[in-house]
Amino acid sequence: MLAEQDLTALWISLKLAALTTIILLIIGTPLAWWLARSRARLKFLAEALVALPLVLPPTVLGFYLLVALGPDGPLGRAMQAVGGEPLAFTFTGLVIGSVLYSLPFVVQPLQNAFAAIGQRPLEVAATLGASPLDRFFSVAMPLARPGFLTAAVLGFAHTLGEFGVVLMIGGNIPGKTQVLSIAIYDHVEALEYDQAQWISGGLLLLSFLLLMMVYAFNRRFAEARL
Amino acid sequence: MNPIEARLRMQRDDFQLDIDLNIPGHGVTALFGPSGCGKTSLLRAIAGLEPGVSGSLSVCGKNWQGERHFLPPHKRPVGYVFQEPSLFPHLNVRDNLQYGLKRLNKRQRRVSLEQAVELLGIGELLQRKPQQLSGGEQQRVAIARALAVSPALLLMDEPLAALDEALKQEILPWLESLHRELDIPVLYVSHSRDEVARLADHLVLLNTGRVEAAGSVSDLFSRLDLSLAHRPDTETVIETIVAGYDGEFRLAALSFPGGRFRIADRPALGRHARLQVKANDVSITLKWPEQTSILNIFPATVDTLADDGEARVIVRLMLDGNVPLLARITRKSAAELNLESGAKVFAQVKSVALLS
Repeated sequence: MLAEQDLTALWISLKLAALTTIILLIIGTPLAWWLARSRARLKFLAEALVALPLVLPPTVLGFYLLVALGPDGPLGRAMQAVGGEPLAFTFTGLVIGSVLYSLPFVVQPLQNAFAAIGQRPLEVAATLGASPLDRFFSVAMPLARPGFLTAAVLGFAHTLGEFGVVLMIGGNIPGKTQVLSIAIYDHVEALEYDQAQWISGGLLLLSFLLLMMVYAFNRRFAEARL
Repeated sequence: MNPIEARLRMQRDDFQLDIDLNIPGHGVTALFGPSGCGKTSLLRAIAGLEPGVSGSLSVCGKNWQGERHFLPPHKRPVGYVFQEPSLFPHLNVRDNLQYGLKRLNKRQRRVSLEQAVELLGIGELLQRKPQQLSGGEQQRVAIARALAVSPALLLMDEPLAALDEALKQEILPWLESLHRELDIPVLYVSHSRDEVARLADHLVLLNTGRVEAAGSVSDLFSRLDLSLAHRPDTETVIETIVAGYDGEFRLAALSFPGGRFRIADRPALGRHARLQVKANDVSITLKWPEQTSILNIFPATVDTLADDGEARVIVRLMLDGNVPLLARITRKSAAELNLESGAKVFAQVKSVALLS
């Protein structure tokens, strides 16, 4: 079964994934809304930046973050200047890395969901006296509900499974920055296949259940609309 | 009530809207024209939905748009009915109706939810989801939803265009009763001559982004310099009041400034009735015809004539009280009767349809 160190790693993984998802939903929603609605000429630049983590080797992203967040990096210096610690090899550093790495998994489903609503329902709401903010909360959000669920689950599951970024920036410190996916790697290195088996199976099951839930919900939602 | 004044300009890649228009503050004004003439753009500009519109707009004495002033769409007291019903799919019918009502200042409420529901006959549907309604029911809910915000101006963008003929016939009576019972000016975009003839009081003809002509429906329908009078189904619309009923022969008498029509129908006494007379059903004689089967004969003066194809002419007659009436006759007949502007004649109307 799971050793205490593995349970800690599980707890850190879940905490990291949950926090990352919440932060991403908060900053990803306005970003996705803007990407879905803006006709700005430079929008393609923002879209490319958001999609970058999809194609970039995680170690590349992790490397740059390590440099930026370390004691000599710009962000690390800024933290020290306000009396804090450099963020490399801390849980906060992990959260920052995960937010960047999972960004497209949250923004893209939201952007697609917002784009699919089209202009019309929002125009209708405007002629019925709803201000732009009101229209967003009373029309756009409810109509994009499947997009929010997909975004949350993908963001959560993707963060749970990340490896390269976490290893680079977190440094695999047990009890502090060691997450499940890295614990599996450690167990395999130490030829502890039993433990690796347990954790891997658990992650596989969890991921499958989450995705199943999303697809089942989206289907019900689509049927309710027909 | 003050009229609506619009001086609006808008430039798109391949299209320019340049409108200078005064619209009456009562009744139904139809914006009529071929597709691509700018009807919908004008309506959207009035609602504030179209970006990049310059100029000025005032409605019932309130300034909605000016040099440095643009009232955003959610602050304009309009009801907007789109071509498709566009109900919110996540809300049931009642919540759709209440969406606008909830956002309305209590003092501005003049139409109650119950009134809107009753006017459009949707009381049975309140708990349903939009997906469970037929197309006609959905559009009725959409109209009620627009009315429930007690608009100062009701904008309707071809509300019947997406519906088939049967559904149109289902909704038209509701639109007519709306017109009779509410004192809200309506701007109604349409490319259907029938709808205009049935519903509109005033007419604005649009062509390639400009106003071609504006005036009363009966006037514009009968003007020979406009394309409306030169079509196979050319007609005249005449406003009358139901003045009596002949029980023996079952004929209603409908009076208008030019005389009275007798028709085989029984509309309620005292109500307004709108008649449609096809130009093909009107013939012209120089003497009062005797011993004829035709009931509706009126003295008239020839106003103008215009060629209609190679063999025929359209004659615009003026009945007493300056009521225009179009007749389509052959060019040969016109020559033999020596018809010219100012000639005194008699118009024989072979058949009449009661529009509303």
